[in-house]
Amino acid sequence: MSSAAAIAVEQPESFAFSPENRARAERIVAKYPPGRQASAVLPLLDLAQRQSDNWLPRAAMDHVAEFLSMPRIRVYEVATFYTMFNKTPVGKHFVQICTTTPCWLRGSADLVHACERKLGISMGETTPDNQFTVIEAECLGACVNAPMVQIGDHYYEDLDGPGMEALLDALARGEVPAPGSQIGRSTSCSVKGPTTLLHVPKRQASEPEAAPAAEPDLATAAADDAAATVDAGAGVETAGADIGTETADSGESGSPKTKPRSRARAKSKTDAGTAD
Amino acid sequence: MPKLTIDGMPIEVEPGTSVLQACEMLGVEVPRFCYHDRLSVAANCRMCLVEMEKAPKPVASCAMPCSEGMVIKTNSPLARNARRGVMEFLLINHPLDCPICDQGGECDLQDQAMAYGFDRGRYGETKRAVKDKELGPLIKTVMTRCIHCTRCIRFAEEIAGVPELGATGRGEHMEVGTYIEQAITSELSGNLVDVCPVGALTSKPYAFSARPWELRKAESIDVLDAVGSNIRIDLRGGEVLRVLPRLNDDVNEEWISDKTRYACDGLKRQRLDRPFIRRDGKLKPASWNEAFAAIAARLKGVPGERIAALAGDLCDAEAMVALKDLMAGLGSPNLDCRQDGAAFDTSCRAGYLFNSTIAGIEKADVILLVGTDPRHEAPLVNARIRKRYRRGGLQVGVIGPGVDLTYPTTYLGAGPPTLQEIAEGRHDFAAKLKAAKHPLLILGAGALARPDGLAVQAAARLVAESCGLIRDGWNGYNVLQLAAARVGGLDLGFLPGTDGRGTRGILDGAGKGEIEVVFLLGADEIDASRLGQAFVIYQGHHGDRGAHRADVVLPGAAYTEKNGTYVNTEGRPQQGRRANFPPGEAREDWTILRALSEVLGCKLPYDSLAQIRQRLVDANPVFAHTDAVIAAAWGSFGQPGSLDGPPFKSPIENFYMTDPISRASVTMAQCAEAFVSPATGKTGTHG
Ligand code: SF4
Ligand code: FES
Ligand code: FES
Repeated sequence: MSSAAAIAVEQPESFAFSPENRARAERIVAKYPPGRQASAVLPLLDLAQRQSDNWLPRAAMDHVAEFLSMPRIRVYEVATFYTMFNKTPVGKHFVQICTTTPCWLRGSADLVHACERKLGISMGETTPDNQFTVIEAECLGACVNAPMVQIGDHYYEDLDGPGMEALLDALARGEVPAPGSQIGRSTSCSVKGPTTLLHVPKRQASEPEAAPAAEPDLATAAADDAAATVDAGAGVETAGADIGTETADSGESGSPKTKPRSRARAKSKTDAGTAD
Repeated sequence: MPKLTIDGMPIEVEPGTSVLQACEMLGVEVPRFCYHDRLSVAANCRMCLVEMEKAPKPVASCAMPCSEGMVIKTNSPLARNARRGVMEFLLINHPLDCPICDQGGECDLQDQAMAYGFDRGRYGETKRAVKDKELGPLIKTVMTRCIHCTRCIRFAEEIAGVPELGATGRGEHMEVGTYIEQAITSELSGNLVDVCPVGALTSKPYAFSARPWELRKAESIDVLDAVGSNIRIDLRGGEVLRVLPRLNDDVNEEWISDKTRYACDGLKRQRLDRPFIRRDGKLKPASWNEAFAAIAARLKGVPGERIAALAGDLCDAEAMVALKDLMAGLGSPNLDCRQDGAAFDTSCRAGYLFNSTIAGIEKADVILLVGTDPRHEAPLVNARIRKRYRRGGLQVGVIGPGVDLTYPTTYLGAGPPTLQEIAEGRHDFAAKLKAAKHPLLILGAGALARPDGLAVQAAARLVAESCGLIRDGWNGYNVLQLAAARVGGLDLGFLPGTDGRGTRGILDGAGKGEIEVVFLLGADEIDASRLGQAFVIYQGHHGDRGAHRADVVLPGAAYTEKNGTYVNTEGRPQQGRRANFPPGEAREDWTILRALSEVLGCKLPYDSLAQIRQRLVDANPVFAHTDAVIAAAWGSFGQPGSLDGPPFKSPIENFYMTDPISRASVTMAQCAEAFVSPATGKTGTHG
C-alpha cells in the first residue's frame, strides 16, 4: 500500500491509549532496558491497533511515537514495514487469504472466489456494511494445512470453497467458529492420524529415567509461558502465544498421546487473555 | 594495527578502518552509493563489493573492517561481475529519464553505469513508479529515481538533526519520504541535494536551468553569515546559477546553509547598476562624475567631525580599509563597522573572536551558550555542536532564548543575571565548566549589541577566567559573530577614533544635525529614519533600506563580483574570487572609493589589488595569513557593570532574510513563508 493511499483515508483527529492500555503499555516498556524504550514500538503499535478497530490511524502512530519519545517518522517506518498493521480501516472481520504457492496449489483460488462471490467484493476491499475486509496474504506459515485463511487472530485451515462460505456465514451470524483445521485434523498431523512413530520404542536401561518426561514438560512450560505473557495483556504477545503453542504442538505431534484440539485450547486461553 | 593487501599493495591502517577507506588511502577507487564519509554506514546498496580472499562471496567494503592479513581484490573478475549485477538490479526500477534529469552530468549512477552498466536491459517487466514528495520550496523530488541508498535519511537524522525523512513501506513498495506531507524543517536541507547520488532530490530553484558542463566554476567565500563557508559559484555566462559547498574541514566541512545556497537568486534582483542622485526628493540616474561631483560639493567645507561612515555586514576588508583611509583623509573620527550598535570592547582581539575555532568545538565537553541561537545565527556552527553531541558526553547549557537546537540542552536562565551567577561561581553550571576538560562558552553577537553589552562581555570574560576556559593550548571563550564583514572591520580598526562616535553616536548626531554627511558602505540594517537631515551617501549593491534613504547612490559589487577578503568569526581571513562582473556601471567597491578619494582631494595610495592587500597587511598582520587562524592573545576586556537587563534574545527573527541579498531573493521569500510565518504567526508579507 502506498503511503499516499494510507494518507488519503479519513483520519481521526486524535488518539490516546485507554487507561487499561496505557497501563499495559507501561508494563511492556518496563521490560526493556532504560534508554531502549523504542524497542517496545511493535507491541505498542499492536495495542494501539487493537484499540482502534484493527487499524492504525496516524494519530495512533503519533501517540506511540510520543509515548516512546521517538521521532514520528521512525514509527511510520515500522508501522508501514509490517503488513500486520493496517494503515486503512478494515471491516469487523479481517480475512487474510494466503495465496502463496503451497496454499495456491491446494486451492486457495477457490477460497478467493468463495469470498468474492459471497461478499460481493474483490480482494483488498471492504463490504459496504463494514463487516468484512478480504485481502490476499503471503505465506502465513501454516502451509502444512493448506489452504488456510487468517481471520482476526485465528487461523482456519484445511479449507475449501464451501467451507470458506460456511465460515463467512457463521461469522456473519455472529458466531466464532472454532479455529484450527476445519476437517478435524489434529494440529499438523496427517489427516488419517499418525503414520509414523506409532510405537514409542522401549527405553534403554542406561538412559536416565527422567529424560522422556523432560520434553513434554518443556512443551507445557512453553505453553504456560505463552499463557502467562498473554495475561500481561499485550496483543503482540498474543501472537507470541500462538508461536508458543505451535512449538508445544509440534513438540507433541509425534506422540500418540497427543490430545486433539490442544491448539484450540491454547487459543481459548489467548482469548481469555486478550479479553481480560 | 592491521596490515592488509589491497590489489597487491600492502597497507597498514588504524583498527576500525573499513576496507573501503583503506582503498581510498591507496587511491584505489571503489564505486559506492550509500557510503558517505560523514554519515553512518548503512551498507545497503552493495555497489562497493570487493573480492576478499578466503571469503565465500564478495564483501561490502564499506562495512567490512580491515583485519590482519586480509587480501582484497577490487578489480578481479568476481568483484567486477558482482558490481555489474548490483548495477543491473539498481537499474531495474530506475527510470531512463537522464535526458530530462537535472542530475545528468553529475550523477553517480550515470557515471557508474558507464563503468559497470550493461548496454541493454534484461528486465522485461514493468518498472515501478513512485509518487513524488513535496519537501518544500528548496528540494524538488522525482522519487521514481530513488535508489534507496538512505543517505538523505541519515543526513536528516544525523547531521541536520531533523529526523523527518524515512523509508516507509517494504520491499518493492518502499518509499523514501516524510510519509506525511511536510517540508524539511532544517536550515541545512539543501545539502540533501548534494548527498543524493542520483536525481531523486534536486534543487528546485535551479531546476532545468543548466547542464553541469555548461557551467563555469569559481571558488569563493560565503558572506551571508560569519562562518565564512567555502563555496563554489557556478555560472553560465555572467549569471550566477547556483552555489555549492567546497570542502573545508576547518570551517564548513562539506555542508552549507540553505541561505548560502539558495539566496543567490537575490543577486539578480533589485541591483544598483548605475549611480543615482536625489533630485527633488527622487533618486535620478546619474553618471559617475556627476555623483562624485555631488559628493564633493556637499562635503566642501564640512569639518571632519561632522562626517561619519558606517560599514555594513557584507563588506570586504578591502573596501573597509579604503573607506577607513578616506575618512582619515577627510579628518573624520566617526566610523564604525558594527551597524547593530554594539559597543563592546575591541581592545583585545580574543575578546571578539571564536577562539576555540569551529573545528575546536569537537573537543569540547561542556558548552555554555549565552544569548545565542546558533541554529539560525550560524547553522554550520550548530551542526558542529550537534556532531560533537552525537559522539556522546556533551553537556550544553543555555542562557537566553530556549529554542530547539537539534540537540538536548539544559536551560539555565533567560538573561544576564544567570550569567552573573555563573561568573561568580554561584551556579551549578560553573562547577560543570570547571570540571570539564575542554569547556566552551559561546557568546552571541546579539548579547553584545545590547546597551549592557560591555558588562555582558566582561561577565563572559569572568566566566572564562574563573571556570578555566582559558588554559594552555585551549581558549574556550567564543563570540559568535553574525556578519561576514564584522571581524574584518574590527581587525582593521574600522572603529571610532579618538573622540569619534560609534554607530549609536552617529545616528544620534545625524538626528540632531551634528553629523552632516553619513557614508553608508553597504549598511542596511540601521534605522535609516534616524539619519535626520544628514546627507547620505550609500555605496552598495542592492536597492535596500540604505539606498532608499540615500542622497547619492554609488553602485558597488556583490560578493560574487569582487575579489574580497573576509575574516570569519574565528578570525580566519579568506579570499573570495571574482566570479562575474557587477551589473551595468557598478564597480568593485575599493576602486570606487579610490576614485572618489581623488575627486575629494585626498587620493588613496593604492592602485591595484596587490597594493590594497598590502595595505591590509600593514593595517593588521593577520591579513597576511590567508585561510589560517592566528590564535589571539588573551587579555582583559569588557567593563563590569550592572547585569539586570532584560532577557537575551536572538537578533535573527527570520533566518531567511537577514541582508540585502537574501531579502531580494524570491527563494528566500518562499522559505520565509513556508518555515518562518507559521511559527511566528506572521504572514509572508511581513517577511
Ligand atoms: S532520495 Fe536520494 S539520497 Fe535519498 S535514499 Fe533516494 S537516492 Fe538515496
Ligand atoms: S503457503 Fe499458505 S500458509 Fe504457507
Ligand atoms: S557503499 Fe557499501 S554497500 Fe553501499
